[in-house]
Amino acid sequence: MATPIGKGHRSLNLTLRKELNLYANVRPCYSLPGYKTRYDDVNLITIRENTEGEYSGLEHQVVKGVVESLKIITRQASLRVAEYAFHYAKTHGRERVSAIHKANIMQKTDGLFLKCCREVAEKYPDIKYEEVVIDNCCMMLVKNPALFDVLVMPNLYGDIISDLCAGLIGGLGLTPSCNIGEGGIALAEAVHGSAPDIAGKNLANPTALLLSAVTMLRHLKLNDKADRIQNAILSTIAEGKYRTADLGGSSLTTDFTKSICDNL
Amino acid sequence: MARRSILVLKQLFTKSPSSDSPIFLGLCSRFNPNRSVTYMPRPGDGTPRAVTLIPGDGIGPLVTGAVEKLMEAMHAPVYFEKYEVHGDMKKVPQEVIDSIVKNKVCLKGGLATPMGGGVSSLNLQLRKELDLYASLVTCFNLPGLPTRHENVDIVVIRENTEGEYAGLEHEVVPGVVESLKVITKFCSERIAKYAFEFAYLNNRKKVTAVHKANIMKLADGLFLESCREVATKYPGIKYNEIIVDNCCMQLVSKPEQFDVMVTPNLYGNLVANTAAGIAGGTGVMPGGNVGADHAVFEQGASAGNVGNDKILVQRKANPVALLLSSAMMLRHLQFPSFADRLETAVKRVILEGKYRTKDLGGQSTTQEVVDAVIAALD
Repeated sequence: MATPIGKGHRSLNLTLRKELNLYANVRPCYSLPGYKTRYDDVNLITIRENTEGEYSGLEHQVVKGVVESLKIITRQASLRVAEYAFHYAKTHGRERVSAIHKANIMQKTDGLFLKCCREVAEKYPDIKYEEVVIDNCCMMLVKNPALFDVLVMPNLYGDIISDLCAGLIGGLGLTPSCNIGEGGIALAEAVHGSAPDIAGKNLANPTALLLSAVTMLRHLKLNDKADRIQNAILSTIAEGKYRTADLGGSSLTTDFTKSICDNL
Repeated sequence: MARRSILVLKQLFTKSPSSDSPIFLGLCSRFNPNRSVTYMPRPGDGTPRAVTLIPGDGIGPLVTGAVEKLMEAMHAPVYFEKYEVHGDMKKVPQEVIDSIVKNKVCLKGGLATPMGGGVSSLNLQLRKELDLYASLVTCFNLPGLPTRHENVDIVVIRENTEGEYAGLEHEVVPGVVESLKVITKFCSERIAKYAFEFAYLNNRKKVTAVHKANIMKLADGLFLESCREVATKYPGIKYNEIIVDNCCMQLVSKPEQFDVMVTPNLYGNLVANTAAGIAGGTGVMPGGNVGADHAVFEQGASAGNVGNDKILVQRKANPVALLLSSAMMLRHLQFPSFADRLETAVKRVILEGKYRTKDLGGQSTTQEVVDAVIAALD
C-alpha cells in the first residue's frame, strides 16, 4: 500500500501491523538456484521487530527548524521478538542467532534490546548467540554473506538489513516475507512497495508474493502443497525461459505465472 | 663553438630515446610526458607542519605507526605530535583538543567504545567538541583488487553531529527506554551545502540524498527540504533522493548509479560501511571528518570497533586505509606532490598483489606492506 513521502497520513502498512500486533517480520533470503547474482551462498533469515523502535511515528517540532523523533524500545517487545527468533531457529534447524545493534552509541535503547536477547539466549543453550554492530554487519554482509544465519534486530535496522539481503539475492521481486502476531496470526506479504511506475502494465514479478503464499501454507502446516508450489517456482526461474523484466527477461506477469502452473 | 654545440644538441634531441645512450639519459632523465602544470607554492610553504597524531586503541597504533614510517621515508614536511587517548577514558583530554585547535589537522586511529556501558564514544565526543560536522568516506575500486562489483566510485558525506547520535536517552519507566533523534535545519543545511560544494569542487555530477521520510516524515522531511533548497543553487549538479532501504539494495546490485551521497548520521554510517564493503572493505577505504576550522583524518569506515584481537596479535592489520587517508591529509595541507607519490605507491603495491593483508586475501603483516609501499615510492 502506497505511503506518501514526507507528508500525509501514517503508513497504512504500519497501521495494520500495529492493530494486529504483528510483532515479528520474518524474511528468509536464500540464493535462488539458477538465477545468478554476484552472491551464490546466501542462506539467512532476518527477523525484525515490527511494532516499535524508530517507527513509532512519534515526532514533533520543538521550535521552528528543530525536529525530534522518538525511538522507543521496550523490554516486552524485545523479549517477544527474541523468543520468536530463537524458537524459529530451533524449529528450522538453524545453528546461530546474531543480534544486530548499535549499542556503542545508543547505549540504553539498543542496550536494553541486547539484554533481552541475552536472556532468551540462555534458555536455548544449543543455539550459538552472537552480537554484531550494525555497521560491521553491513560490511560483512556485502563481503561474505555466508557468515550469517538468523539475524534478529530492532525495527529500523531490520528494514535496512532485510532490504540489503534482498538485494544480495536478486531484488525485491523475489523476496517473500511473513509477519507473525500473537496468538499465531500470520500475514504473508511481498516485501516490495506498490511500484506505481509499472502498475497496471502486467510487468510485475509475482515471485515475491507467490513465495510469501508458500510461507503462509507452511504456517498452516500444508507442507506438501507448499513444497509443490515452491519447486515449481524455483524450476521456472532456473529454466530461465520465462523471466520478468527485473530478472533480466521480458516476459509478462501472466506468461510467467502460466509457466509456473505448467510446472506444477 | 656555440654553433657547434647547438648542432650537437639538436642531434641528441632528434635521436630516438635509447637506454644505452648515457649522454641522452643524462640530459633527459627528468622528462616526464605526463607531468601536469606545476604547483606553485608560496615562499615558506615547505616549512614542516605540525599534525596531531592519536594512535588510539586496538590496531590504531599499528596503522598510525605505518603512516609515520611512510612520512619519514618520503621526507614529507609534516611532523607528528603524538597523544595517547584510549577508549576507556572519561573524556578526551583537554591538551589533545588544544593541540588539534592549534594544528588544525589531526590523524587518528580508532578509539574503542565500551558496549552498553555508561561512557559515550570518544570518537563522537571529539567530533562534537570540534564541530566536525561532515564525515567523508570515499569508496572506489582499486585496480588489481578483485571485488564483486565494478565501477564503484562513491563518496558518502554524512552529517556527523546530530541525528540518532544525539546521545539523548532515558528510561521512561522500568523496561521502556526512549532515544531522541534530533534533526535541525541548521545542521541539515550546512551538510547539504558541504555536499554540493564538494561535488562542485571535485567535478562530481550527481548528489543523492538518503532518507526515510515515508516513515519519519518530520525529521527526515526537514533534512530533505534543506537538501532541495541547496540543490537549487547548483543547477549544474543533478540531485535525486532515495529511501535508505532501497539505497542499500541498489548499492549491492547497481553501485555505479551513485556518485556523491549525502545522509543524516545513522544512515550515513550504514551506507558508508556498505559502500566500503563492496569496494574492497574497511581496510582500504580512506576518509575524514571536517568542520569549519579543523580536520581529522582516519580510516574511512569503522573497523568494527577497532578491529579484532587476532589481527592485532599477529600484527596483520591493513594499513592501506590510513595511508590513503594520510594522502588525503597531505592534499588538504597543500602538499600535492607528496600526496600523489604516496597514493601512487600504495596503488602500485595493491596492483602488484604480492603484499596483501588478510582482509584482502593475502598473508602479509602490516610491516611487510609498509616496506613494499616504501620500496614503491618514486
